[in-house]
Amino acid sequence: MKTRFLPILPLVTLAVMLGPVLAGLWGTVLPAFGHLPAAGEVGPSLAPVQALFDWPGLPRAVALSVMTGIGATVIALVIVAPLTAGWSGTRSFRALERALSPLLSVPHAAAAFGLAFLIAPSGWVARLVSPGLTGWDRPPDLLIVQDQWGLAMMAGLVVKEVPFLLLMTLSALGQTDAIRAQAVSAALGYGRVTGWLKTVFPRVYAQIRLPVYVVLAYAMSVVDVAVILGPNTPPPLSVQIVKWMSEPDLAMRLQAAAAALLQLALVLAALVVWRLGEGIVARLGKRWIASGGRGRVDRPVAMAALALGTTSALAVLLGLAVLAVWSFAGFWGFPDALPDTATLKNWMRHGPSALSAFTETALIALTVTLIALVLTLGCLEAEYRHNLRVSQRGMWLLYLPLLIPQTAFLPGLQSLLLSVGADVGIWPVMAAHLVFVLPYVFLSLADPFRAWDARVGTVATALGASPDGVLWRVRLPMLLRPILTATAVGIAVSVGQYLPTLLIGGGRVSTLTTEAVALASGGDRRAIGVYGLLQTGAALLPFAIALAVPALMWRNRKGLRHA
Amino acid sequence: MPKGLTLDQVAVTKGGAPLVALDRHIAPGEVLTVMGPSGVGKSTLLSVVTGTLASDFRATGRVVLDGQDITDLPPHQRMVGILFQDDLLFPHLSVGANLSFGLRAGGSRADRRAKVEAALDEVGLDGFFDRDPATLSGGQKARVALMRMLLSNPCALLLDEAFSRLDTARRAQTRSLVFDRARALDLPVLMVTHDAEDAAAAGGEIVTLG
Repeated sequence: MKTRFLPILPLVTLAVMLGPVLAGLWGTVLPAFGHLPAAGEVGPSLAPVQALFDWPGLPRAVALSVMTGIGATVIALVIVAPLTAGWSGTRSFRALERALSPLLSVPHAAAAFGLAFLIAPSGWVARLVSPGLTGWDRPPDLLIVQDQWGLAMMAGLVVKEVPFLLLMTLSALGQTDAIRAQAVSAALGYGRVTGWLKTVFPRVYAQIRLPVYVVLAYAMSVVDVAVILGPNTPPPLSVQIVKWMSEPDLAMRLQAAAAALLQLALVLAALVVWRLGEGIVARLGKRWIASGGRGRVDRPVAMAALALGTTSALAVLLGLAVLAVWSFAGFWGFPDALPDTATLKNWMRHGPSALSAFTETALIALTVTLIALVLTLGCLEAEYRHNLRVSQRGMWLLYLPLLIPQTAFLPGLQSLLLSVGADVGIWPVMAAHLVFVLPYVFLSLADPFRAWDARVGTVATALGASPDGVLWRVRLPMLLRPILTATAVGIAVSVGQYLPTLLIGGGRVSTLTTEAVALASGGDRRAIGVYGLLQTGAALLPFAIALAVPALMWRNRKGLRHA
Repeated sequence: MPKGLTLDQVAVTKGGAPLVALDRHIAPGEVLTVMGPSGVGKSTLLSVVTGTLASDFRATGRVVLDGQDITDLPPHQRMVGILFQDDLLFPHLSVGANLSFGLRAGGSRADRRAKVEAALDEVGLDGFFDRDPATLSGGQKARVALMRMLLSNPCALLLDEAFSRLDTARRAQTRSLVFDRARALDLPVLMVTHDAEDAAAAGGEIVTLG
């Protein structure tokens, strides 16, 4: 790495990460106020905003966005906190921890399909209890999936956000002296859950605040999960934005832009409300702490949290199982628990097109992750060599692309690319993926990279190794495991991207995710099974490799086994 | 110019406040011991010599090694060897590869391997070439770390609490091994420690800080 290039790498990284976000927001603001020369509209005017407010579905679409977003975040947090409080360090908790990485890497769309296939009236759950318990010999006429309250959608978000928040909580625990705090509170007579909530949780929450905000922003503006599990008439605001964006009439883009701006305002408002809510909870919490209660319902609370956490993990894992069953299913009548015959016909029929989508997915994911990895390592090495510490404000910048709703800036980015004629091919899609992949790769690699014992570097230097030599011959090999894990995280994030691929690709870039979500309306469960399974495989395989390669390479190196 | 390591009016400040200062010449084969409680800046002083001073410190004065002013040289060109209290063997490399890392470039593969084997032999570790460093005992690791450093042909030797992690029996043994080697190679040694026994064993001048 050239010394002259390294110091400016952090700036390059910021530009690559935030440039598209800012450009996209700019590209949203202009048409929202009636300025879109490509469609022959020259602003400013309030007509698009007016049109948006005249749309009769608006109140319901807004309510759905806000309710599902805040609801999913609160529920996920309410599961994760007592779960960690009651069980961290126990055997059942370690079992959950082991399921964490695979659960995290399952793409949202695949998890949503799996959940739909479980809980639908003709789903696996109904089949297992029918007709024995229910007496149903055909699927009941109930609207469970795509219910108008967005409950199924909220459930789909919760099962995916619980593992994410749990992982963030676990990594925060290391820095909070939790074990000793728990020992002290136990010695003072506090139950496990109460003691943890009163002494550890405030410190943990301070650490996971940004990830919680990310969950909130994401859940309020998600598209793929909403298409699969959310209501249709009207859909949540984010889905409606995408619908308007894909209408052939370019004028509808103005209305879409106005809605995107509203989506941004909603998310910002929700974040402010959440922040105020934190203050209220903190004040109530202080009163609760001062009251000195030792916790009389600790046991039931812990049991309930474990039950909910297990259910949420099982929902994803069984969902994947039912996707697999459907992908091999021949005739499968209700209420049979399993299909009459297993067949490869579905895979033969959808295999070729799925394979080409798989290739496209892999090409994008690998390229984007490689770029993200180089930029991240460059930034961290620059920080190490030139003492460019990332401040707290820097962390916010890192989280910015994850806090600004995708639906707010991707439509604008597409309009901008359209107006400069650069909206073709796979490169803009990769650039858009990079916006989301970079923060996750950075977040996953930064801690292990910084935790590396700098004295090892001093020794290597004293032995005559140049700074580049230290990096390539000592530091990177020692950090092989976290680097591969970060790679797997990056690939999983890229594989799961729906909106950037759909909007920026302009329908001409087909990945496993866009193809799978496109199948949602058709309801061909066998095709969905094939695509969902491949999508999960594409995200999961890198994690398996990230585990296997260091285990093989360092099989004779005890010192690196837990690094 | 005299051979040896000279700290010419070296002074370290942190945020403008003076932290540690030293003005000494260490002749080849001699040991200068710097003593003092932890937090007094002993290790910081060594990092001035290795060139790895953290950015929140400022150093003035010159460091001269065998007549060459190394104050502004990058760390990897200073020819200054250092041993820490931890062995800091590279966990991803075998014992032999750790030593080869230290050995200056040049020579055929067979040649280099022979040199490394000889170095292992010298400290009673023959046959350890392919071993995983994590499977060695504390005393064995310390000896590998010493030989790794000596193979890099340093012109001076720094010891940063190098013996404090070893148990009493190993400590005396390792200490005399290190001092014997340094004397045999005519290396100036700068040792920081908080252990009076280390200082006594070194036999040279003692500077007490703090």
